[in-house]
Parts: sequence; C-alpha cells; structure tokens
Amino acid sequence: MILAYIDQDRGKINEASFEALTLARRLAEQTNAPLHAVVIGKAEAGLTARLGAFGVSALHHAQHEQLNEYAPAAYAQCLVEILDAQKPDAALAAGTERGNEIMAHVAAKTNLPMAANCIAAQAGAAYTVTRLRFAGSLYEEAKLDGATKLLTVAPATLSARAAATAQTVTVNTFTPQLAQADLRARVGARVETASDKIALGEARVVVGGGRGVGSAEGFKELEELAALLGGAVGCSRVATGMGWRPHADQIGQTGNRIQPELYIACGISGAIQHLVGAKGAKHILAINTDPEASIMYKADYAVIGDLLQIVPAISAEIRKRRG
Amino acid sequence: MNILICIKRVPVVGRKIQFTADAQEIDTSSMGFAISPHEGCAVEEAVRLIEKHGGAATVLTLGPVEAEEQLRDAMAIGVDRALHLQTDGREFDPIATANAIVDAVRADGTPFDLLLFGNEAADTGDYQVGVRVAHALGLPCVTGVTALEIHDGRATAHRQVPGGVEIYEVALPAVIAVKDGINFPRFPSLPGRLKAKKKPLVTIEPTWQNGGLQKTSLLNPPEETHQVVILGKGPEAAPKVVDLLAELGLL
Amino acid sequence: MSALPSHARVVVIGAGIVGNSMAYHLAKLGWRDIVQLDKGPLPNPGGSTGHASNFIFLVDHSKEMTKFTLDSVKQYKELGVFTQSGGIEVSRTPERVEEFKRRITSGKAWGIEDMHLLTPRQVKDLVPYLNEKIILSGFYTKGIGTVDSLRAGTLMREHAQKIGALQTFANTEITGLQVENGRITWVETNRGNLRAEIVVIACGLWSPRLARMAGAHIPLTPAVHQMISVGPVPELMDTIGEIKFPIVRDMDTNMYERQHGSDMEVGSYAHRPILWDPDDVPSNEQAALSPTEAPFTQKDFDPQLEQALELIPDILGNEKVGIRYAINGLLSLTPDGFPILGETPEVKNLWSVAAVWIKEAPGIARAVAEWMTDGNPEIDPSGSDIARFYPHQRTKTHVNARSAEGFNKTYGIVHPREQWASNRNVRLSPYYEREKALGAAFYEAMGWERPQWYESNAKLLDEFGERVMHRQAEWDARWWSPIINAEHLAMRERVGMVDLSAFAIFEIQGAGALAFMQKMAVNQMDTPIGRVTYTNFLNEHGGIKADLTIMRLGQNHFRVVTGAFDGARDKKWLTDHLPTDGSVTLTDVTAAYSTLGVWGPQARAVLQSIGETDFSNQAFPFGTCRYVDFGTLQVLASRISYVGELGWELYVSFEQGARLWDMVYEAGQQFGIAPVGIGVYGTTGRLEKAYRLYGSDLEMEFNLVEAGMTRPKVKAEDFIGKAAYMKQRETPPAALLCSLTMDDPTSSSGIKRFPQGREPILTLDGNIITDARGRNSYVTSAGAGPSLGKYILMSYLPPEYAKVGAKLKVEYFGERYPVTVAAVGATPLFDPENKRIKA
Repeated sequence: MILAYIDQDRGKINEASFEALTLARRLAEQTNAPLHAVVIGKAEAGLTARLGAFGVSALHHAQHEQLNEYAPAAYAQCLVEILDAQKPDAALAAGTERGNEIMAHVAAKTNLPMAANCIAAQAGAAYTVTRLRFAGSLYEEAKLDGATKLLTVAPATLSARAAATAQTVTVNTFTPQLAQADLRARVGARVETASDKIALGEARVVVGGGRGVGSAEGFKELEELAALLGGAVGCSRVATGMGWRPHADQIGQTGNRIQPELYIACGISGAIQHLVGAKGAKHILAINTDPEASIMYKADYAVIGDLLQIVPAISAEIRKRRG
Repeated sequence: MNILICIKRVPVVGRKIQFTADAQEIDTSSMGFAISPHEGCAVEEAVRLIEKHGGAATVLTLGPVEAEEQLRDAMAIGVDRALHLQTDGREFDPIATANAIVDAVRADGTPFDLLLFGNEAADTGDYQVGVRVAHALGLPCVTGVTALEIHDGRATAHRQVPGGVEIYEVALPAVIAVKDGINFPRFPSLPGRLKAKKKPLVTIEPTWQNGGLQKTSLLNPPEETHQVVILGKGPEAAPKVVDLLAELGLL
Repeated sequence: MSALPSHARVVVIGAGIVGNSMAYHLAKLGWRDIVQLDKGPLPNPGGSTGHASNFIFLVDHSKEMTKFTLDSVKQYKELGVFTQSGGIEVSRTPERVEEFKRRITSGKAWGIEDMHLLTPRQVKDLVPYLNEKIILSGFYTKGIGTVDSLRAGTLMREHAQKIGALQTFANTEITGLQVENGRITWVETNRGNLRAEIVVIACGLWSPRLARMAGAHIPLTPAVHQMISVGPVPELMDTIGEIKFPIVRDMDTNMYERQHGSDMEVGSYAHRPILWDPDDVPSNEQAALSPTEAPFTQKDFDPQLEQALELIPDILGNEKVGIRYAINGLLSLTPDGFPILGETPEVKNLWSVAAVWIKEAPGIARAVAEWMTDGNPEIDPSGSDIARFYPHQRTKTHVNARSAEGFNKTYGIVHPREQWASNRNVRLSPYYEREKALGAAFYEAMGWERPQWYESNAKLLDEFGERVMHRQAEWDARWWSPIINAEHLAMRERVGMVDLSAFAIFEIQGAGALAFMQKMAVNQMDTPIGRVTYTNFLNEHGGIKADLTIMRLGQNHFRVVTGAFDGARDKKWLTDHLPTDGSVTLTDVTAAYSTLGVWGPQARAVLQSIGETDFSNQAFPFGTCRYVDFGTLQVLASRISYVGELGWELYVSFEQGARLWDMVYEAGQQFGIAPVGIGVYGTTGRLEKAYRLYGSDLEMEFNLVEAGMTRPKVKAEDFIGKAAYMKQRETPPAALLCSLTMDDPTSSSGIKRFPQGREPILTLDGNIITDARGRNSYVTSAGAGPSLGKYILMSYLPPEYAKVGAKLKVEYFGERYPVTVAAVGATPLFDPENKRIKA
C-alpha cells in the first residue's frame, strides 16, 4: 500500500497535497499496490469523491478532540499508527512546511529515513528519488531505504492529475492513541497579521529608489506609494551618496537586507551590491528607462519609462480602485 | 540559561552550481562558505536571549575541519564556546547527523534549556534533524519559528501561516527550529572577531553511519531562462501594476 | 535586445571603466562604427570596476603613471563624478617619514600641488577618529578624492552612443577571435559573429583568456585584494553624501581606511599574494556576488584586523559596528607593475588595454585612443607598452612570480635600483660563470643577468681613495657600491671590459633593406659598408621612438643594436614598418651573438695583442666596424663607445663567447684590464659624456632639438617624422637637455646627499620650473662623475635657465641643494673635444 497524507487546516485542504497524491499514485501503479490517503481532523465536504478521482481506494480519517488544533507530533502519531497497522511501502506528504514537519516527526518516531522535497521517485527495494538541494538550484538523486519509505513532494514541481479511472473510497475513521508528549507542542492561539509601522527589513512591500529618482524631492512619490501599500521606502547607495536619503534607508551589501513579497525598484540600475540586499525579495518589479539595465535580468516584472510619471500613476490607480 | 545552537557550514552558491566530474560533490573551488542562513538566525536569536536572560551559548556543528570557520563566526557575534563534530568530509545523512548530535549533547553534559536549529539546511534541505534530536532527547519541538520569547521556563514561539500567526507555548527544555526572518543577524565586529579566536572549541569525532538516505549523484536542473514580464511603458502601465499588486495580495 | 551587426570598424571587449573609456575616447577622436561587447550585464558587468574602492591618490614615483592619473582626475571632474576628499598617507616608521619627503619631491616633479607633511596632531585634526599616537607623520594631498566609476563608465558609454559612434551589447560572450595572415578578422560570440577591423581587449583580468583566443599574450594574473566594510558607524550616520573625511593610507601596514557613507572600508595589500588563474574565475551565473568578488578568506586578513584597530580604535573597536561586507576582490597584476597597453606584437590590429586601475583608466584610454588614431599619444605610454615583454616574460611562471613579489610592494618603499628576487637567472651570457667567479653583483635587465660591479675590484678602492666618491646616506648607497666608481676610474686610466650581451640585435636584410633603413632612421643610412651609425627613430609627430646604433654590414644588410630594455619595443616598431612585399626581412639574432666592450686608453694595446688586424686610428677609425680574427675566433669589432673612451664592441657568436672573454681577460692583464660593470656603462661613464638614455632622458614627449641631438644636416631622403623634425628645427625649443653639477651636497644634518633621479629642479627661490609646453623640469638622470669629481644631473630646462653657469636648486628628501648648469645640450663635461674616443 502507498499512503498519502492530505493536509488540511481548519477544514481547508492544502492543494499541494494533491501533487503528493499524484506521485503516490504513480508509485502505487509501479508496485501494483493500493493507494490510501490519510486526513486528520475535520475534513472538507466532497473530499472523499475528490480522492476517489485521484485513485484513492481507502481514506484513513483520524479524529480526536485534541486534533482540532495542529500539533505536529500528534498528527505524526496518526500516521505512525497506520504505518504500524498497514505497513505501507511508502508514505508521502506535500513538501509544505507542515508536510515536512509531520513527516519528520513520523521519521523520528519510527527511526525511518526520510527524503524531503522530492520531485520524482522510482519504486524498488530501495526507492530512487530525485530531490531538491539548494532550494532547487541543484537536484540530487538518492537511494531511500526503509520498511516504509518516507518522502515529501516539493510543491509546484509536478502537476496534480486525477487518475484515469476513479475509485470508490472506503472511509476508515479511527481515533489515534495520543500520548501527552505528542501534545506538548501545539497551536495555542492564532492571530491575524497586523501591520504596524513597517521596518524596511520586515516590510511586505518595499519601494526602492536609485539614481533615476533624481533628487530628494523625487522620493516623495515613492513614499506615497509605500504608504498606500503599507510598505517601506529604501534606496540604493547612489541615493545616499547623493545625500537624497539617510544611510539607514540603504538597501544592499553595506546596508539593509530586505525580504518583501514585492520589491518595487525605481530608477535602480541593479548593481550587484544593491541586489545582494534585495535577494530575499519574492518578486521584483523594476521601473526603469533602460530596458538593457542589469535590473531587467533580475526582475520578474518591469515597466519601462520615467518613474516620476509612473509611480504617481500607480498611486492614483490604487486610490481609484479603493474608491 | 544554557542554549545550544546547531549550525551547518554550507557553500554560498550563485544562480548556477557546478559539481565535480563524478557528480558527487559541488565544485566549491571558487565559492565561499557560511553558516546556513536559518541557522545564522538561530545563532543571533541565542545571542539575544543570552543578552536578555543571561547564561551561556554553545554552538555545535557537524562538518569538516574547515567548519571551524563557521564556529568562530558564531563566536564572533557572542556565542561562548563551540563543539566541533569533525567529519572526514563524508556527508552524514539526517539520521546519522541527529545521532551524532544527540551523542555529543549527552556527552557534553550541559543541561541545555534550549536547543536551536535552523528550519532546514540551505544545501541538503532535509527538514528533520532538529525533530529527530527532539524525539531522541524526549523534548518538545516547534519548527518554522519566526518569533521566540522565553519567560518563566517556557518558550512562546510564533510561526507564520497564510493570513496569520500560530502561537505555540512549550515548557523548557525544548527544541526550536527557526526560520530566516526571525531576526536580522548582526555582523561581527572587529573586536568580536578577535575575541572569537580565543574562545574554547572542543573537537569530537562522530561516528558515520548509513542512515538510509544516500546520495547517488548530483545533477543540474533544466536551464531556466529568466524572462522579465514587461507590464508596459510609461504611466499607462499603472493599471497592470495594480493588477499585479492585487494578485500578490498586497492591495 | 537588438541583433549584433555583421561588421565593425572597432570591437571593444569589456564594459568596465577601461572599455567604456576606450569607446568614449575613440568616439571623441572621430571613430565610428564601434561595437562594445561584454559578457556581463550593465552597468556592472562583474569585473574589477564593480568592486573597486574608487579612490584616487595622485602621487606616484612613476611619471607616466602620475600623468595618467592626473589626466584621469581631470576627466572624472568633467564628468561630474569626482568628490574631492583629500587623502593622507600616515607613517609608523622613520623610514616612511623619509619616504614621504621623497613622495613630495616626486609629486612636485610631476606637477602636483597642495601637498603637505603633517604632524600626528594635524592628521588628527583632519581625521578625528584616527589614533594619532601610533603614527609619526602624515603626507596630505588635497586633490585626492573618490569617483563613481560605474557612473563614469555609463556616462562615457552613453556619450559615445548619443553621437552615433557606438553600439553596446551586454550579456554577449566572446567565444573566439579569428586571425588571418597575422591580422584580426572575426569576433565570434554566443550571439553570432562579426567581422572586425580592429579589436581592443579591455576586459581586465579576463584579458589573457581573450588574447589567447587570437594566439597573443597579455601577461597579467588575477590576484586578490582583500577588503572589508564595517558599519553602520554611529559617528558617521549623519554625514551627507559619499565621503566627508580624507582617505587614510596606513602605508607601513599596507592598508587603507576610507569612510564611505556610514561605513568604514578597510582594504589590505598586506596578506600573502593570492593569485588566481583567469580560467578559474567563475561566470556571472556561478558567482554568489560577482565573478570578481571572491569569497573572503578570514585567516589572511586576521593580522590586519589588529593593525586596523590600532589606527581607528574608536570606530573599528565599537562592538556594535559590524563587518557588513568582506571580499577577496580580484584585480589584475603584471610582472612589472605597469599596465599592458598597445597593439599586441603577435597579432595586427589586436590591442590590449589591460591591468589598468580606476585612478588611471580614462587617462590611459585617451592615450591609447590617440595611439590608435595617429600613433602619437600626448602622454608617452612606452613604459606600459605591451611590446616591452620578451617571450620569457609572457610565461605564467614569470607572471606569477613577479606579480606575487610585487603585490606586497603596493605601498612599499621601493628603491629606484631595487632588484627582483624571483625568477632570476633566465638569460645568461656566455661570460656568466667568469663573472660569477669575479664576484659580480648581478642586476637584471629583461631577464639578462648583468654585472653591476665586481667585488673582485674592491682592491681598486684603495688605489683611488677619495676619488670613488663614497656615499654617506644609506638610501643613496642602497643597491650601489663605491666599486662602480673605482671601476670607472680604472677604465678611464687603463682599460675595462664590459659584458654587453644583453643587447638586442636585429639583422635587416634584403633588396629593400637600404630604403627601409632610410625610412626608419633620422641619419643618412646610405653609408659605406662597415660604417656604424648612432641614430634615432621618430614617430610621425617627431617624438623620439628609439635610440640605437646601426652597422652597415653589406649592400643589403644592416645590423641594428639596441638596449635590452628597449629591444622588444624597437623590434615591434621595425616589424610594423617592414614593406609588405617581402623585400626586407628582420631576423632577431640577439641570442646568436654575445658582445664584449673593451674601452680605455689601453684598449687598442689589448686588442692589438690578440687580433690579427691593424687597430690603429688610421686603419680602424672611429665609427667603423669590421670582422677581425682573434686566434680561431672571427669577431665583429665595432669602434664606438657609450663611455667616451677609445675602444671597441666585440661581437662573437654566442657559443664562442667564453673563449673571447678569456682571450681579452688574459691579454689585458699586462695592461691592467678590469672587468667593469653596468654601473659604469649605464651611469657614470655616459653621464660624464652627456650620453642620453632612452626611457630616462629621451622620450616621445621630447624631441631631438630639445634633447640637443639635432644633426647639422637633414638628409634628403624621407624618413618617418621628417616633416615634424624639420618643423622642430625651425622652432625655438621649449626646453633643452642640460648637464648640471651639484655645488654643495651637504644636507642640514651635515651628511652629503646625492639625488638618484626624478627630482624636481627648482629656481633659487624654490619655485617649480615649467616650460612653455607645461612640462616641469626634473632630473632625468643622476650619477657620479668620478673623473670630474662632481655629481652630475641631467634635466630639461627652459631656455632662460639653460645657460652655462645658471644657478638652480634640486630638491631631495625635503631639502634643497644648489646646482649649476655645467653644459647645455650634448656637450660633454668630460673630454668635451672627444679626443679620447677618437684617439
């Protein structure tokens, strides 16, 4: 049997679980084994049908009053019980934060090896897995041993695909035996993120300005956009060098390191020293007059033109949409 | 309080990584090495906790002789002493690594209140060593931690989830695996560097074992050609930019 | 990105400060159809420019480098990217305190103003965060500052693009350079190929790789310069702009400390030399930072941490101030410390502009662009000419050995005569073993080991007593021996033998040989066979390109003899002008012949006792050469002299050299022959005779009229530079090369001091002397004249000072000494009628 862990948080399934499930089905097909799934806590309506479409023949549904809030070791215990009882050939989870964590606890409890963030797997006495190193800059091919092979599947590396023929799912609800030790670390409370005064290093949006801003005055436009987005304003070394901004605002090798969801680089050519400080940005939007500038080779999105016209236009557009 | 920080020496890589002809190792001839980023944050967190609560911090690494450099780096920003589980260069898999750490912690005898790990190593990305050590030592464990407070023998740990923060509270001693963003590690000062050279470092010979996950070869991912998406020219592109902001959930 | 063109007049490879400066200056000089390529992105393609410290100190003992620097600063100012901060070199040792005095004199000689020696207290006033207690003095230059080199490059590139001269293609990697018939033809790239008439390699430490693609050599090596940047410094948080405080160079620890913004940057040249191979430098994709920002190696920097802390204790000792950035920055080193400029000797139309620092790049680019345009750069780049290298100097062994040795001298106190220790004994004359046995002190000349003096001549010191002009000051006597002067006197009174095997010798043969030599040389070359002519080569603008002798050995056969230091360059100059029809060939026979000079009143007697020829003045007059038999040896004897004595240069095939030495040495015994070193040949002997030395007294920026070397007549035949030369003859010279003597060399401390060359000549009031062409007067050559009992200086002086008997001063180590103009032009101080040479 091949077991796939389907992660849910307060009734909402994490879609990456279906990617893991897809790889699990391939392994099941390779080994002519049935495909089972496990879900813990409150399951989403229609989950069973969806799992059936993915080729799952049995769903192990763990229910326990202590499982309403996430507790990694306790969640892992649910899988361990299935492992003990059913001895699956492999158990898979999505390589999400939770998936990796739960599988690590399973591995620790069972003393089995585990391969995190796989993108491919080939069944055998030992499995041959391909997994990510350096967050995907490099691949590793490895042998994975164990009575049950434990692996997680790197999100967004393979597409979730339903099975050629849907299965009827047998649901097996069970109550795991949870030890006190499994509940020592658990979610005690949950709060919505609140945004206060944003520091450059913590801002989700950073609006950065460089030589193209042209003057200390020009930064007013950047400040306005940052304020609208609840973000912070940063700058390149040129801007501090020119005396347009205080040194505390500098992003780069000798300044702040930022890690926003979006970095809007305005009039910044993209010197390496600057980009090192912005390496943590998930996305970069460049606003620049020169389509050959270095920043274009690092940016995900770009607008070509004069930032002193474009930035105010963006601010205006935001205001317009917000009404 | 006594804090142990487990760190790993990793190469600082560029966008493209070359490896040796036998595809077993990364070609690090033109590369530098550093403390794996999450673990660098763990070191900073430990130093801050000691500054606040008093006590001593110990840094531990499992790695080749050159990994002393990273232990000194940690001591340069305020860690007091180091344990070097010195390998012969062979890679230890997660089980072997965890076992070696557990043995070293037991042998060292220091009653650690807190064992800090990085959430995952930058190079191997195994996501499990801290958890394994916690189980072996019978300690509670929280991973993915982005804020940490210690009070009255308990740790309060925050973990970011989409749309919010989960709050965990565990009694000490505990294992905490932290993530980049929990803090901004300070840079070492010149006096810190000089002091670090004189701080105590104990070398231990760990036992290699086949833990069941064995690398067979390295390979490069398929070439990805970076393409910037041009949203437009001039102020007329503003609506498209705002669409993007909406898509990223930033509006 | 647009498509690469299929053809370009010039392809400039590299978009760092050098490539951009080249594109700019070529465009300014009217070049069009320039294509610039770089494998990296803009504006920082990843080379050394991207991590440069970007500060510019002005003073260098080298005139050429200082001129390039001053011109560069001028250009940076015009571009608006220069911030003047001032700069201070600080001393920790007494020797350095003295060195600063020497630096000021060099600065004065090259036209730098506003330089001052400072007390530690005065240094502290300018740089309040510096610990003045550990320094002895400071050397302040007001004009020092920093530049934004990436910005400068961008502005220059954009200017060239704007006037339609330049197209730039970033992210374009060169994969091959094609050569046909010795000329560059095609540039191959990962984006296609283009036909190029001229290719300029301006890509810093990658240059050797590019040159190799074409079968040429650019002998440099990438090397590490470590630097760290610490911050944020609370004391500096409120400074406005890039830099406020003067840059400090801690000379005795080989380090610098410069403020930039809220950070303090500390750089070092003190660590062990760390050389890289250009092939090991990672690509932009592989590099974590940039290809030339290699990982920092902490251990190498550790000793510097403590030294930096001593000097800047408050800022660097602040535990809250962190090392935010630390790299092993890669830069280019060359075996002699000079850049590598000009057309490669191996491939026509392939030019090198490499091993150039930020401080000199725009100036050098202007010079090279002028050189490419009409062969006449305003600043003479001869010292940096790529053609200076001999084959052994292009090997990796030599490049690495000398670059490593030179690295730690970056801030060193380097004596003008200081010798290299590494990679010696590469070129040995057949007399070498004999010389060694005689206790020769070997000095190197482009690989050749030449005796500077012989310890076995120490016995002569007693004989000549005070006439050997002992030196009291250690610096003056460093890399020197009074034996040189004793050998000089022995030669003047009896006879000496000099190893001249380092001469570079070229055979010019073929039906067109005479016409060719006529075109090259200023003097009449249609001479009788057996005539020896001392002559010069000029460039089209009348600048002096070479200074050498030519023997006519046959109707269609000339032998060109030139100095070791000039030989490789002269060879390229000759080769470049050879007719394309094959009617003339040039053969380098340097290694085929060894040369022995025999000079002195007894020279004739010595040779007459061996040679089966009549050596009398009638039979063998001055300025002639012929083959003579010395026993079984056939020797080419040439009656000329660079020491002003009766005598001959004897040329014999290399393998017979030892035998020739023995013959002369043995025959000379009864006449009191002494082996004589290059100390006499290159300095004392020639200075007494006012003979000029190329590279010191003769340069492209001076002309023959100014050098006092005008011939009475100009030959009817055309030659390169003739028109300019004719014009020079009709124009009153702006300066004239004079011989001066020191009146009283006694310093304030009572010790006699002797300038070693390159010092400023001042008026009696201590003012700098500048000629009508803006050139300052300085000592071009200096040395003892033992036969005169005087210390001699040569200097170009404006006409108002170029008068025998004029009283002037020379500045040396901060003191001024009276000097007198003893001769104007080529008139020698010793034996002015040349009776000895023609005896």
